[in-house]
Amino acid sequence: MQTTDNLVEIRDLAITFAGSVDVVNGLDLDIPAGKTLCLVGESGCGKSVTAKAILQVIDHPGRVSGGSINLRQTDGSLLDIAATRSTSPVMRHVRGADIAMIHQEPMSFLSPLYTIGNQISEALTLHRKVSKKEARAEGIRMLEQVGMPDPERRYDSYTFQLSGGQRQRAMIAMALINQPRLLIADEPTTALDVTTQANILDLLAQLQRDSGMAVLFITHDLGVVAEIADEVAVMYLGRIVERGPVREVLENPKHPYTRGLLASMPRLDGDFKAPLKAIPGMVPPPALRPAGCPFHPRCEWAVAGLCNVMPVRDSDLGNDHMVACHAYGPQAAQITRTPLRPPAEAVAVAARKPAGTEPLLSVRDLHKHFPIRSGFFQRQVGAVRAVNDISLDIYPGETLGLVGESGCGKSTLGQTIVGLHRADGGSIRFADGANPPADLLTARGAEARRLRTDIRMIFQDPTGSLNPRMRVRDIIGEVLQVNGGHSPAEIEGRVQSLLSRVGLSPDYAERYPHAFSGGQRQRIAIARALASDPKLVIADEAVSALDVSVQTQIINMMKALQAEMGLTYLFVSHDLGVIANISDRVAVMYAGRIVEIGSTEAIFRNPRHPYTEALLAAIPGRGISKHRVRLPGHVPDPGQQLTGCPFADRCPYALPACRAVLPPLDGTPNHRFACIRADELQLRTVAGPPDLVTA
Amino acid sequence: MGSFMLRRIIYVIPALIAVSLISFLVIAIPPGDFITRTAELRAAQGDIMPLAEQEAMRRAYGLDLPIMVQYWNWISGVVTRGDFGYSFSFNLPVKDVIWPRLGLTILLSVASLLFIWVIAIPIGIYSAVRRYSAGDYLATFLGFLGLAIPNFLLALAVMYIAFAWFGMNVGGLFSPEYLEAPWSWGRVLDLLNHLWLPMIVLGTAGTASVIRVIRANLMDELHKPYVTAARAKGKGEFALLMKYPVRHALNPFVSGQNDIFVDIVSGGTIVAIVMGLQTTGPLLLDALRTQDMYMAASFILMLSVLVVIGTLLSDVLLAWLDPRIRYQQG
Ligand SMILES: Nc1ncnc2c1ncn2[C@@H]1O[C@H](COP(=O)(O)OP(=O)(O)OP(=O)(O)O)[C@@H](O)[C@H]1O
Ligand code: SF4
Ligand code: SF4
Ligand SMILES: [Mg+2]
Repeated sequence: MQTTDNLVEIRDLAITFAGSVDVVNGLDLDIPAGKTLCLVGESGCGKSVTAKAILQVIDHPGRVSGGSINLRQTDGSLLDIAATRSTSPVMRHVRGADIAMIHQEPMSFLSPLYTIGNQISEALTLHRKVSKKEARAEGIRMLEQVGMPDPERRYDSYTFQLSGGQRQRAMIAMALINQPRLLIADEPTTALDVTTQANILDLLAQLQRDSGMAVLFITHDLGVVAEIADEVAVMYLGRIVERGPVREVLENPKHPYTRGLLASMPRLDGDFKAPLKAIPGMVPPPALRPAGCPFHPRCEWAVAGLCNVMPVRDSDLGNDHMVACHAYGPQAAQITRTPLRPPAEAVAVAARKPAGTEPLLSVRDLHKHFPIRSGFFQRQVGAVRAVNDISLDIYPGETLGLVGESGCGKSTLGQTIVGLHRADGGSIRFADGANPPADLLTARGAEARRLRTDIRMIFQDPTGSLNPRMRVRDIIGEVLQVNGGHSPAEIEGRVQSLLSRVGLSPDYAERYPHAFSGGQRQRIAIARALASDPKLVIADEAVSALDVSVQTQIINMMKALQAEMGLTYLFVSHDLGVIANISDRVAVMYAGRIVEIGSTEAIFRNPRHPYTEALLAAIPGRGISKHRVRLPGHVPDPGQQLTGCPFADRCPYALPACRAVLPPLDGTPNHRFACIRADELQLRTVAGPPDLVTA
Repeated sequence: MGSFMLRRIIYVIPALIAVSLISFLVIAIPPGDFITRTAELRAAQGDIMPLAEQEAMRRAYGLDLPIMVQYWNWISGVVTRGDFGYSFSFNLPVKDVIWPRLGLTILLSVASLLFIWVIAIPIGIYSAVRRYSAGDYLATFLGFLGLAIPNFLLALAVMYIAFAWFGMNVGGLFSPEYLEAPWSWGRVLDLLNHLWLPMIVLGTAGTASVIRVIRANLMDELHKPYVTAARAKGKGEFALLMKYPVRHALNPFVSGQNDIFVDIVSGGTIVAIVMGLQTTGPLLLDALRTQDMYMAASFILMLSVLVVIGTLLSDVLLAWLDPRIRYQQG
């Protein structure tokens, strides 16, 4: 293995926050010049503070309390950033000129009060003496280089006038305008759609190749790692637990934490439905860092008397592969390394959807339009067709996955079904067999009340959807109180049993939501949705805000609850891996319409709509060295009246005929798609036999 | 932006019509009128006013007409000729009484507002940046004092100090020799000389609340990602502070300024009485007491117009400061 010069060498770094809590402790990390190093780990592991430490921009009251961060200057000398004052001119020069940074949320990373051009050129003028005109020209050139459409005009735009992908491009332009030697990218694609993410990852990879800069790429998504990294460092509770070249670490993971992360990642090879294995528990707060190996409370290899007392040291495994675990150190003999295998506590998957049953929910020709108002009198000038003529069936006991890019109307569809929006047309028939079928849109009185308890929703943001002023008991029991007929004792008993069902201690009933972590809050939200014994649960991005391991815990729990209680799910997500794992059937939405619907196998192994093909190709880590379908642009302006195929502007196979008439949703009853060329096209899929991640 | 402003202005018109109508009705509807009040006053002095004479006076002033007609006559005079009607107690057209007073009210209110900004904004910024420092605690403490002390008490205290310790001529906005004099340099200087005391008194509570608003807003902004972004670009701390967090913190602050302005205008009455200021407050009180209806209604109308203009100005300022408003509501 050749040794590369390191651009930055971090040794024994400690970062301390108020109350002398070490968030990062004893961190060693080398950032090789001209390569992409990915830093992975769950939230709360200290990835972002480490990145900020390199720039000396840690927020008050955090500070670097020990160790060194040596940056190799262009003249070969070393600058210890950790020992340089944050406000010193040297440090100001390093920031922006030598090391630049991009961030997860360009919307908050760029100020909405100044044009993006102003902020991009500012980065230049801070480090070089250039005239206003030159700064502008350079800014526009940079925007062009990052693939911003119409850069000249966009230069004078504000962030809120750009799409998510465009904002990201603006932020990248701002970071790269001084040609830094190191780019720190903190989850730059996490908030983006898969399709946009794929474009941004391509862009970063190409810019990295062209400029030869080093990239420190922070992410929690191992798919992204596989896509972009040369080297990987896995971080847990403020330390690097494993690092090495990307193939080495992903194909031959050593540390139980790395192995756990890989096992909890939904996979698109082999059996989609193979139950995921979650890492138990969650990342503890830094103040409660366990002694010995900090991972021991969650580690299945942990040996009492060793792992919980003796600090771990790094072991070199050769091939540049380093791991910090006693199982590879001098004490290796005491630890039994179990091989990675399918989980022991496999979740029982109930047989579902006996053929020929009545659908539980039949949506027909559903429309939901939001008026667009503008002009002097705020007249309605058009409508966002968020849900545009949708028909679908959901069968009892199954999970229907709903995927599509942001803004395609997924949430609106779910919200219209639970009655949060008033539909503008169509019908939604609910037939649970026990009661006479009812139309959700016209039901009144007692029937409407029954439907409200039969169909429940789980929202994406568990913090926003739980009233902070209510105790957990009242949050969960509310639907029973409101809909009457339950004694307090009955409600209490129900709350207790629901809490234990979602894996929480029953005495949590007394607490308020703020006392819980994100994953626990989502469990509470699920308990709330289940309180009224619903038949149908609509989960809108229910696991999207959670860390992989917690996400897997929640998915497994939802599957178990489904089998136990005979629930039916409509599962909305933009994450195709999660959708493949949990769904029996999948509906793909684009611009307010369903463009393809069928069994999970059919959609992932045999996609028939070009949009589905593009979505699958965009999943990071799967398309390596295979074909690349990349979607230019983004979802059409939802206010625009489209004739013909709504996907025509982005479809690589579009013909003039596509723009003439709207393709109908055709095919077999088990697999429908809306593309006039479906029969002649040979679409490809990336889901297939194992290609990268092997167990 | 143009359409945004135009819309704002048009929205204001119905509000003004309503305000003028209500202020007129509130004064006209209660039993009795200025004539009754005068008759009572004279009767108390032993001078009985015959009913016939009262009726004749009513006719002369048009007080016998239906209320809506009276309102229409008054408001159309205001709008078309700038004629606010006649003040019974001053025996003068209302406009001759009201304009000088209104001018002084505006002057004093704007001066107080400027005073607030000049003092409060830098202190607020300092408090937020150096929070929990000795200076911050001092500012917070003084702020609480400023909010807690009633205006009139402060007015009395300041007047006492100015008079007893500095031997200054306090009270009023003019020295006696300039009170009725025509405008001259001397009179302007005299006015400025008197203005600062009531300005401080009126501005104290506002200063305290603005410091708190700026401090709170700015503290929220100081750790936003865009600040980190600017720092990561290599921008110096002071330039960064001014360009990003302070600009962001100013937006909610600007939208709150109108309330403070209203507080100053309305809170000015008691202070004006205590300090003997020739602003609108004391006169309005008199007019209400004697049911000098055109006078009272005109005052209320003009003060409302003032508030409306203040709102408009703060809206425009906000739109100018914040492109999100400019582009999304324009
Ligand atoms: N209350 C509303 N008023 C106006 N437009 C709305 C409203 N709610 C949603 N929309 C618009 O309807 C379209 C569909 O929105 P929706 O939230 O259903 O998308 P989504 O697929 O759930 O996206 P995401 O993945 O970002 O959650 C979007 O263009 C959105 O801007
Ligand atoms: S040191 Fe022990 S507890 Fe830590 S990862 Fe290795 S086996 Fe698990
Ligand atoms: S109908 Fe045409 S434009 Fe639409 S998806 Fe099919 S090939 Fe593409
Ligand atoms: Mg959504």
